[in-house]
Amino acid sequence: MANDALLQANHVTIRFGGLTAVSDFNLDVQPRELLGLIGPNGAGKTTIFNMLTGVYKPTEGDIAIGGVSTREMKPYQITSLGLARTFQNIRLFKELTVLENVKIGGHIHYKYSSTSAVLHTNRFHEAEAEAEAQAMKLLDIFDLRTRADHAAKNLPYGDQRRLEIARALAARPKLLLLDEPAAGLNDSETRALMGTIHDIRDRFQIAILLIEHNMELVMGICERIVVLNFGKTIAVGTPAEIRSNDAVIEAYLGEPVSEAHA
Amino acid sequence: MQTLLQNLLNGIASGSIYALIALGYTMVYGILKLINFAHGDIFMLGSFVGFYAGNFIAKQNGGGSSPLSAALVMLLSMIVCGAFGYLNERIAYRPLRNAPRIASLITAIGVSFFLEFGGQFVFGPDPKFFPTLIDKHVIQFAGVVTTNYQLIVLGVAIAFMALLQYIVYGTKYGRAMRAVSYNFETASLMGIPTDRVISTTFVIGSMLAAVAGILYGLSYPKIDPLMGVMPGLKAFVAAVLGGIGNVPGAVVGGLLIGIIESFVGGSAYSNYRDAIAFVILIVILLFRPSGLFGKYQAEKV
Repeated sequence: MANDALLQANHVTIRFGGLTAVSDFNLDVQPRELLGLIGPNGAGKTTIFNMLTGVYKPTEGDIAIGGVSTREMKPYQITSLGLARTFQNIRLFKELTVLENVKIGGHIHYKYSSTSAVLHTNRFHEAEAEAEAQAMKLLDIFDLRTRADHAAKNLPYGDQRRLEIARALAARPKLLLLDEPAAGLNDSETRALMGTIHDIRDRFQIAILLIEHNMELVMGICERIVVLNFGKTIAVGTPAEIRSNDAVIEAYLGEPVSEAHA
Repeated sequence: MQTLLQNLLNGIASGSIYALIALGYTMVYGILKLINFAHGDIFMLGSFVGFYAGNFIAKQNGGGSSPLSAALVMLLSMIVCGAFGYLNERIAYRPLRNAPRIASLITAIGVSFFLEFGGQFVFGPDPKFFPTLIDKHVIQFAGVVTTNYQLIVLGVAIAFMALLQYIVYGTKYGRAMRAVSYNFETASLMGIPTDRVISTTFVIGSMLAAVAGILYGLSYPKIDPLMGVMPGLKAFVAAVLGGIGNVPGAVVGGLLIGIIESFVGGSAYSNYRDAIAFVILIVILLFRPSGLFGKYQAEKV
C-alpha cells in the first residue's frame, strides 16, 4: 500500500496475559491531520499511545513511522523518527526549571560531543545557545517565558499542561500525541486549548493525534475521529458521522432503552 | 589556633578524597536508586592500576618522577576504572534493571566481594608500596605544616569536582542524566537514550573513584586489595550525610567527614577516629534521614 501516511498501524493487537487490551487496530495518520481517538474508559486508548511510542510492543501487527517499522526500536529511537507525546497524568521533570524541561525535550537535536563540551569549543557554545533560543521561542508561544526559571512543579496546573506540550514540541515531531490534554481544565481553559491545538498544527505543520473525553473539544477540532470500545475499533469518520453512528451511541449510552427492557 | 588550622587542612585533604568517592555513590543512586557497594573497590582498583602503571613508567625512564608521568598514571587508571565501571553496569546491573531493587543491591555486594578477593588473588593479599609519582616537599606556612601532596590532592579533587558540576548542570549530558534520574520512562520518550546515560554515569563515577585511588595512594602509600572497604563505607556515609542523590551534597558530606575525622583524630578520643563516621551515619539517619541537602519526600496521599 503506497501512501504518504506519517504513521501506520497495521493489524495491531496486544495481549496482557489472557486479556486482549487492543485487537486488530488499524490507523493511518496523514500529514497535518487533526485526529481524535475516543472511547469509554478502559477502551485501550492509552495502551495504543504506549504502543505507538514504543513503551509496549504489540503482540501482533506492526507500526511504521514514515514507512519505517518501529518493531525493534526503543522509545528514544522512535522519538527521533518524529513522534512526541504528552501524558494523561502530567509527567514533567518537576524539580527542573521550565526552561530545562523544554531543553530536555529537544535533546535529540542538540548535537555536540562530550569532548567539545569539556573543552568548551565553539560548537558547544553555539549548540547550547541554539538550544536556549529554540526553547525560549516555544515558551513564548505558550506564554511561559516569564516563568522560564521557575521549577516546573511550582507552575499552576494549566501552565503545567501547556509546558508539557511545549516540551513535546521541542523534539520537533511530525506527529504529536496528546493524551487527554483537557483533563482537569475548566471550560474557558478548554476553549483556549482548542485554539492552541489548532495554532500548533498550523504553525508547525504537524499532525496531532489526541485522546480526549471532552466531546466539545474532540468534535470541535478533530477532522477525523476513531472510536474504540473494549479494544476494538467500532467507528471511524468525521465528527458528524461519529455523532450519528449507532455503535458509538450504544458504546457511550449503553444499549437502546427499548431493547434493554425487551 | 595552629592545631586547629592543621587539623582543618588535614581534614580537607582527606575529605576531598572521600568527596570524590562519594560522588560516584550519589550519582549512581540518583539515577538508578542503587547503592553501588562495589564502588569502594573500584577505588581500590584505581590505586592498583596506579601502582602498576607508576612502577612501569618509572622503570622506563629510570626511576625518575615527574608531574607528566603522574598525570599519565592517573589517566590510565581512569580509563581502566571507567571501562570496569561500564562492564560492571552492563554485566551485573543491567540484566536486573526490572528486577526488585534488592536483587541489584545484593549483586552490588557480590561484585564488591569479587573485586576484593579477586584482587587478593591477582595482586596478592599483602600490602604494596605505592610508587612516589611526584617528589614530596614539606611546606611550612603560618606555623602549619603541609606537603605539596596535600595541595595536589586538594587541587586535583577540586578540579574534577568542578568539572563534574559543570557537566551535570551545564551540558546536555547532565540534563539527560537529571531527566533520567527524575523519571526513566518519560526521559526515554523525550528521545533520551536511557541505557547510554546510565552507562555514562557509571563510567564518570568510576573515573572519579580512580582519581581518588591515585590521590589516596600518593597520600597513604600502603595499598592492599581490601583498602577500598573503609574509605568506601565512609564515602557512602558522606553521600548520605550530604543527601544521597545530590551532587554538591556529596562534596560537602565528604569534606565534613574528613574534617570531623581529623579533629577526632587530633583529640583525646583519637581511638574513635574510624568510628565517628558511623556515629554520624546513625545520627543523620535518626534525625535527618534525607541528609543535609536532600529534600524530604512527603508521601502523597
